[in-house]
Amino acid sequence: MDLDPLDIARWQFAIVTVYHFWFVPITIGLTAIVAGYETAWVRSGNTKWLRLTRFFGKLLLINFAIGVVTGIVQEFQFGMNWSDYSRFVGDVFGAPLAIEGLLAFFLESTFLGLWIFGWDRLSPRLHVACMWTVHVGTLLSAYFILAANSWMQHPVGFAFNPDTGRAELNDFAAVMFNKVQLVTFPHTVLAAYMTAGAFVVGVAFWQMVRGAKNDDDRSMYRGAVRTGAVIVLFSGLGVALSGDVQGKVMTEVQPMKMAAAEALYDTEKSADFSLLTIGTLDGSAEKFAIKLPGMLSFLATGNTNSEVVGINELREQYTKTYGQDPGQAYYSAGDYTPVIPLTYWTFRMMIGLGLAAAAAAGWILWATRRSRTPQGRLILWAAITLPFTPILANSAGWIFTEMGRQPWAVFGLMTTEQAVSPGVSATEMLISLIALTSVYAVLAVVEVRLLLTYIRRGADEVTDANLPSDDEHDPDRPLAFAY
Amino acid sequence: MELTTVWFALIAILWIGYFVLEGFDFGVGMLLPVLGRSEKERRVLINTIGPVWDGNEVWLLVAGGATFAAFPEWYATLFSGFYLPLLLILLALIVRGLAFEYRAKREDDTWRARWDAAIFIGSLLPALLWGVAFANIVHGVPIDANKEYVGGFFNLLSPYAIAGGLTTLLLFLTHGAVFISLKTDGPIRKEARKLGLRLGVAAAAVTVVFLTWTQIDTGSVSSAIAFVAAALALVGGLAALVAGREGWAFLGTFVAIALGVAGLFLALFPDVMPTTLANGLSLTTTNAAATPYTLKIMTVVAVIFTPLVLLYQGWTYWVFRQRIAVHHIPDPTAADSTGPVHVP
Repeated sequence: MDLDPLDIARWQFAIVTVYHFWFVPITIGLTAIVAGYETAWVRSGNTKWLRLTRFFGKLLLINFAIGVVTGIVQEFQFGMNWSDYSRFVGDVFGAPLAIEGLLAFFLESTFLGLWIFGWDRLSPRLHVACMWTVHVGTLLSAYFILAANSWMQHPVGFAFNPDTGRAELNDFAAVMFNKVQLVTFPHTVLAAYMTAGAFVVGVAFWQMVRGAKNDDDRSMYRGAVRTGAVIVLFSGLGVALSGDVQGKVMTEVQPMKMAAAEALYDTEKSADFSLLTIGTLDGSAEKFAIKLPGMLSFLATGNTNSEVVGINELREQYTKTYGQDPGQAYYSAGDYTPVIPLTYWTFRMMIGLGLAAAAAAGWILWATRRSRTPQGRLILWAAITLPFTPILANSAGWIFTEMGRQPWAVFGLMTTEQAVSPGVSATEMLISLIALTSVYAVLAVVEVRLLLTYIRRGADEVTDANLPSDDEHDPDRPLAFAY
Repeated sequence: MELTTVWFALIAILWIGYFVLEGFDFGVGMLLPVLGRSEKERRVLINTIGPVWDGNEVWLLVAGGATFAAFPEWYATLFSGFYLPLLLILLALIVRGLAFEYRAKREDDTWRARWDAAIFIGSLLPALLWGVAFANIVHGVPIDANKEYVGGFFNLLSPYAIAGGLTTLLLFLTHGAVFISLKTDGPIRKEARKLGLRLGVAAAAVTVVFLTWTQIDTGSVSSAIAFVAAALALVGGLAALVAGREGWAFLGTFVAIALGVAGLFLALFPDVMPTTLANGLSLTTTNAAATPYTLKIMTVVAVIFTPLVLLYQGWTYWVFRQRIAVHHIPDPTAADSTGPVHVP
């Protein structure tokens, strides 16, 4: 079989990026939640908040580590597998990446180190400030990397230079405040809060009904369950609202992506949104569907009666604007058309799983009102599966937004086929794909088992041995924390 | 000065920052099985770099990102060209980073032994391969007229490149041993001092060979000055180690690595990746650079934020300045929980 380096490079990018983004949202959200618990402890002196800080802090660190190390690959694989992309976009795309490193990565890594090892070196206020600083670092990181991605979705603030054959930056502010970025950033970060909130609910709920040794423990975990659930609900609402705006912006800048989200082939007025469709694999003929009338028009434009342009018409438009699809030899789907079943189903997965998470969180919040501890099996399962729903919704959302842009790597400027490294052989890429995938698979097993161990162990008691020490200047005192 | 020259210098500084900082934590990782005979000794070693290794590694990420932004052609040719060595480095850094975080999380000898191996190999491979990579960059590699590297994997393993790899390997080992002598107390400190001296002599010999070779191969007057100063700093550092002045010794190895890397960049300038092909194209600070507009924006950001980074990273080293000895290491049962804290 002839292996195409492009296929391998795409699989690698998809695998390592989706994998990386299983851990990133939990990190973004959980740094804020842990900082919140620690702030509550510093303000109230109530040790239950300290116990939650330490408990979720440990889970955060296990998760953070894997996000950090998989992030290294993200930084370098543009040059390794996508060198022509790097040459073409470096002048625009490189800057946010470099700034992300300088502003965000240093902040996160340094202040996390201070937080982990600094329990006995820093005053409580300074210590909690370290975790807030880490959180700010995660937000900065998200902002710059999403600005880079938004530029790929909707290139602005540049001019194509025929002499150098590349896109050249001429308006940095336009890139930073790209209209796609302004809605993608809240959407992604709120989804991260939702993910971390769901993680907290799942973990704390299990401890509340299965692990807690006494009423104090139960009440402590209930507090965590409820804070988590409130975060899921509020951020979930934000995710829905920002997603709605994002859909409209996307209809404007990448109409094909939104037509592909519904597999809408022919232009329609008052277009319906289908909850599910059974049809041919290319989606061009449907056999059975459940539909919400006018909903697609509403999602795309805010008006149930307006017209939504279909794939067939968009093909003609795109061909008129950009010429023959340079990617058509590669994409069997046809001119400028992404893989429709994939965009159709990932779009529904994203929305459906997000709604399911919010519904479960609402139920759990209601069931734990006035110090109740629900004992049903069903609600326990709802809580345990809750952390996975936003994680999968995140993955689906990214697969949708990246696959929906195909055949473009940079919309309207460069196809994915043109982006790949011409000098790297299929063998080299295959070695890389196999090595990274195997290492990542092993690490996933290690990480999940470690998380489960620490989740089962529950929050440590606060005892005299680990609460205040008067001899803090004794140089022979053991370290508060050691690897 | 041209902005392209400024960015060449800034990228040199980022790599220098990376090597002087992660250099010693690579050294600590490689010395783990040598100096850490008992579990507690191994933990002493790991905890000397525990709070700082991750921040040290960010210098690499920023060096990579800055190269992408300031010299996109350099970034593209380098990382697609040195594909397999770079992949090895990435895999090494992945398992190494996780090892620090995960090894103490379970009380299980097999578990710890595996992560210890990950720390050792994960430190050894990059320490060797970065030297190989930089030797190749400075000497030049086959780059065709389309700016693509066309040399394959084994072409990167010339005797000169191996000498470069051994140089970084031995320098980082020495740097690590000196760092351990500076950051620990008790028997480990003494052993590290002794070992640092022996490693230092070997490092000095290999370094002199490699730098002389580089100077003859591609050197300039300025690189010669940097190389001589680097050699003197190394010798001075070793002398300080003999005298038992660990702080000065660390300053010596620190400055030696910094000047050595600076010399390599001076030998490279104004190329960023010279070609060895007659009909090839050398990448230079001008033909590989981003536009003046991008460089200007990046300069503003760098001027504001680099000092800030140095300030808070320096503060971390101050906060964790205490020497660590075996009795500072909490018992394994407490290893995964947090000990005494300040109360509000």
